[in-house]
This record gives sequence, structure tokens and C-alpha cells, in this order.
Amino acid sequence: MSADFLYGIEVILNGLMAGVLYALVALGFVLIYKASGIFNYAQGVMALFAALTLVGIMEGQVPFSHLINAVFGTEIHHFGWHVPALLAIFLTLCVMVAFAWAVQKFIFRHLVGQEPIILFMATIGLAYFLEGMGDLMWGSDIKTLKVGLPQGGSRWIEDMTSGLGGDDFYGFFIDKLDMVATVVAAILVMCLIAFAQYSKQGRAMRAVADDHQAALSVGISLNFIWVLVWSLAGLVALVAGVMWGAKSGVQFSLSLIALKALPVLMLGGFTSIPGAIVGGLIIGVGEKLFEYTIGGMIGGATENWFAYVLALIFLVFRPQGLFGEKIIERV
Amino acid sequence: MFYREAGDFKTSYEADSQTFPIKFDRYRFWAVLAVAYLVIPFIINDYWANAILVPFLIYTIAAIGLNILTGYCGQVSLGTGGFMAVGAYAMYKLMTAFPDVSIMIHVILAGGITAVVGAAFGLPSLRIKGFYLAVATLAAQFFLVWLFNKVAWFYNYSASGQINAPERFVGGIAVTGPNTDAWAKYMICLVFVTVCAIIARNLTRGTMGRKWMAIRDMDIAAEIIGVNPLQAKLSAFAVSSFFIGISGALFFSVYLGAVEVGEAFGIQKSFLVLFMVIIGGLGSIFGSFAGAGFLVLLPVALKVIGVDLLGWPTDIVAHLQLVIIGALIMFFLIKEPHGLAQFWRVAKEKLRLWPFPY
Repeated sequence: MSADFLYGIEVILNGLMAGVLYALVALGFVLIYKASGIFNYAQGVMALFAALTLVGIMEGQVPFSHLINAVFGTEIHHFGWHVPALLAIFLTLCVMVAFAWAVQKFIFRHLVGQEPIILFMATIGLAYFLEGMGDLMWGSDIKTLKVGLPQGGSRWIEDMTSGLGGDDFYGFFIDKLDMVATVVAAILVMCLIAFAQYSKQGRAMRAVADDHQAALSVGISLNFIWVLVWSLAGLVALVAGVMWGAKSGVQFSLSLIALKALPVLMLGGFTSIPGAIVGGLIIGVGEKLFEYTIGGMIGGATENWFAYVLALIFLVFRPQGLFGEKIIERV
Repeated sequence: MFYREAGDFKTSYEADSQTFPIKFDRYRFWAVLAVAYLVIPFIINDYWANAILVPFLIYTIAAIGLNILTGYCGQVSLGTGGFMAVGAYAMYKLMTAFPDVSIMIHVILAGGITAVVGAAFGLPSLRIKGFYLAVATLAAQFFLVWLFNKVAWFYNYSASGQINAPERFVGGIAVTGPNTDAWAKYMICLVFVTVCAIIARNLTRGTMGRKWMAIRDMDIAAEIIGVNPLQAKLSAFAVSSFFIGISGALFFSVYLGAVEVGEAFGIQKSFLVLFMVIIGGLGSIFGSFAGAGFLVLLPVALKVIGVDLLGWPTDIVAHLQLVIIGALIMFFLIKEPHGLAQFWRVAKEKLRLWPFPY
């Protein structure tokens, strides 16, 4: 096998793993969109906020310390303790659930029955709010997230596969973190599907997604379900935040992964969980392959827009996405 | 007492279908114009022009453009920043390629070029609707910004990748470049805002505007009663992009002078203009003014209060600003989803009855 071909395979493998991470973010969107019809732009910022909170709790930072210092002229920064990773993750999860509750209680309960575009705008407002809040609470400097995930390329795979090609080929370079992320994402998706299929709350969730009013009339509490889906989206955001944060540091650019997830959603359909996963894989592989084959010729850095253009072209032929519900229009 | 139709007799069709049917509105319109043209240019200084008035006027044009597309025609677009970049780069290429032609013509041509690009990116709107379209317009945003970053022809192969506005004159007075007076910047923007607002107002009242609104309210029903969706949607994209292109051209040449595309026309700009439209009021020209004014003034006001009065560090004020803007947007959407323009409408209704409420 020629080295070029093997490098192509390596690009595809890396694309698949990036795609899993995109799918993870897209999943958060789909959960909320299905259950409440809200297109939650804040999903990416939620991931950033979750990662910031996790780091803040682990390092024992005082929330709002910069603000407090500025107002009262004090000099406090840390409580002086370090929280173990698992406990910190649990605490962060509690924060995300509280956040979900607050979002439902103070914002979206008052917006029931508004047009989708208004709800969408509200989530953009929420994204701004949360971004400013995260910076105010934990400071805006770049933080490193150490929860004990492995880093760097895997020597073992590199050594195992280096014999496949000729002298030009040094084996597949695959980030250990990406592999862990893939496994975690796969487990998370399976847990979510199992939860949606077999638990009582999951069944209620699917009922709400199917038809709000019918669900309400058989005694399902819409408020509870909405808090539940926002909490689940918070959980997904936390996992995505940990993975991306461990990869590239916890900083503002983390919130931009929401923009990566949008074309995934378009491709897979806004209402389909398998769509989010398949869409994520297609986009991940597609953009890496495009950058590898054609990107170099036209100036590089095509990853920013390729996914969108791919999704756009795809949508012209199939407006509801791969697995979306068929759009039926009536007068 | 003064604000009512009664007693204002119209004797011709023209008088009956004029822009402001109520006499008080007409007087107010002329009074605002008089203040804007005859008073402000003489008292304006650099701070007011650069921090508030010029960005307000330029964003107003962009907001009017987006309002035509989103508010009147119902097509949500997140590509505003990209289209503003098209206007800015078209302006730059025109200014450097034809230095002898008047800058006013360049601005209009830049708008025209943006209109063509906008119509091209509007083509998918015939198949894709709602949120799918909103996300699809992001393709325009990212692709255009990437294009202007990567293709050196657009920035004349300059080493920094920036574009700089050369000095140009209108009637012997510098309007672009480093030696521009505050009032000259203000006046050129004001002229374009006035013309754009009048055009937009009349377009939206006429046949075209009615077609757009029919498409917005329900596109299938509109198609059945004889509105051509291809024509209506593409014309909305083109007209909207025309205004947005003008605002991008002015934003680059008059306001900033030097532009780096990712910074000045990134996705944040798209959201900013969309916020202006939503806070101001969808489907209202006055709302475009109100929204632009609100979102230009708010950061300035917060900065004055936070940094100058309370003496807090600038980064904390910047974060607080995000929190406050986010919270305000949500508050507005909960309290008044129809925006500031709705307050204005309610006030006018009240004024009609005042001082006898029954």
C-alpha cells in the first residue's frame, strides 16, 4: 500500500474522531430542540461554562473573585483547597442542573407560545449572558483542565502500523485523548438512548417531543420535562467541554464549537439523534479530507466554512436533512 | 390634542397616500431632519462622532437592510457580517481602481455588488426554510470572511492583509482618510441614512413590500394568491444586501479607515445587527433606528458608568457588559417581543386619544 493512501486513511480516522466530538455537541442541540422546539444557540457556551466551572471548583477558586476584589478592594482568589476530579464533576453537574432549572423558571416559561425565532434570539441572549457570567465568575484567562485524561499521540498504534507502508510511512498518528473522547461519547450516546427508550422519564420525554398537548393531557409535567432536557443538555455540554477543554485549554474559543455543530445538525436533521451522530461523522471526515486533498491548493484553513457549504448543498436536495422529519406544508 | 387625523383634510390621492398621513408626524419628521442637518453638524465633536453618531448611522443602514429581509420577508439571515465585508472590499477595490470617480458613486456601486452576491446566497432560500436557512446563511458568513482573508487580490496584496481607506474628497472636503473632520464623516453617513430610510420606507409600503409580507406570513398561501416566491425572496435578498453593502462600505471607508476582515466583519457583527433588528422591532423602519441607537449607546453608557464613574477595571466592565446585554435581550423578548417600535406604536395610540381618553 502506498504511503499517500495510508495517510488518507489516517486523515479519515482523525476526521471520524473529530466528528464524534461534533456529534457530541450536536446531541445537546437535538435534545432540547426535540423536546421544546427551542433551537439552543447557547449550547456551545454551556460547554464553556461547564468546563470553566469544573476547573474553578477543582482549583478552589472563589467565584466572582475579580468582581469582589474590584468592588471591595480585597485580595481574595482561592479558597486554598483542591477538589478531586470526580467530586468536582459531580458538583459541576449540580451547577448545570441548577442552571437548567433557572433557565426554565426565569426565561422560557415566560416565552411559551412565542415564535421560534424569538426563542432562538432568547438563547443568543442567554449565550451572551452565560459567556459574561463565566468570565465574571472564574476570570477570562486560559485555563488548563487536568482531570487525568491521557494526552499525546499513541506510541503503540504508531509502532504497530508503521510496518504497513514503505519507508515514507511512520504509522498512524492518533491522539489518545481523541480515542478516549470517542469511547466516552459512544457510551454517553448509548446511555442517552437507553434512558430515552426504557426509563419512565425518558418515555415522558419522547411523548413531549411527539406532541406537547397530548403529553400534557395524559398528565406529564411539561415543566419537569423541560428542566430534565436542559439538564441532560447540560450534562452533554459538560462532557463536550471536558473533552475539548482537555484538548485545547479552557478558553473563549471553546464556545465556538457550537458553530461547528450547526452544520452537523443541518445535515443530520434537527430532530434526530442518529442524525446528529451520522452528520457529525460525515462532517468530521469530509472537512478533514477536503483540507487534506484540496484545501492546500486554495489557501488552507477551509475547515471554517467547508462544513457549512457541504450542508448547504446537501440541504438544497433534501431540505429536512438526512433523518429529519419530513416537512409537510399546508395552507 | 394635536396628534390625530381629524381635521387634516386630504383632497388628492397623492396627499392620501403620503408617507406620514398625520400632520404632527410630518412636522416631527421635518423637525428631526432639521436638527440632524442644521444643528448637529455645527456642535459635533470627535468623541460624539466616533463613539456614537457615526456608528449609529451606519448600523442603522445595516439594520434597515436586515429588517427588510428578516422583518418584512421573514427570511432569517446570519450572514450580515459577511455581506458587510463584501460591501467594504468592493468599496476598497473600487476606490483604489478608479481614484477619480466620486466616492458617492463607489458606495452605491459597492451596494450593487453586494446585492448580486446577496441574491446568489439567497437562492437556497427557495428550498430551505426557517432555521435551516438561518444556519445556511452562516455558510455565506464563513465563506466570505475566509475568501477575503485568503485571496490576496481583494486586499491588493498588502503585507498586513488589512485594507486601508485612501483619502477621498466630496466637493473639496475630505470624507475618508486620517484627516477627516468629525462633521464631514457625520454628514456623509447622514445623507446615506436619509436616502436609504426613505427608499426602504416606500419600498415596504408598495407592491414589493406587500409581496414580501405575504411571503413572510405564509409563503405557500402567498404563492397561491399569485406572488412569485422566486422573485419576492430574491428581491428581498438583493435589496437587503444592497443596504447592508452600503453600510459595510461606509463602515470601512468612513468610520474605521482600516479593516481586518475577521475582526470587523465576524459572526459577532451578524448577531449585533440581528439584535438591533429584534430589539428595535421586526418589520419597522423606525425600529431599525431605535435598535441601532440602543445597542450603540448601551456599551458606551456602561463604559462611562463602570470605568469612569465607578473606577472598575475595564475587563470586568467588558464582561459585565456581556451579562447586561444578554440579560436585557432576554428581558426585552419576554416583556415586549415586538421591540421598541411597539412602545412607539402604543404611545402613538395613547396620544391619539389624549387628553380625552374616551
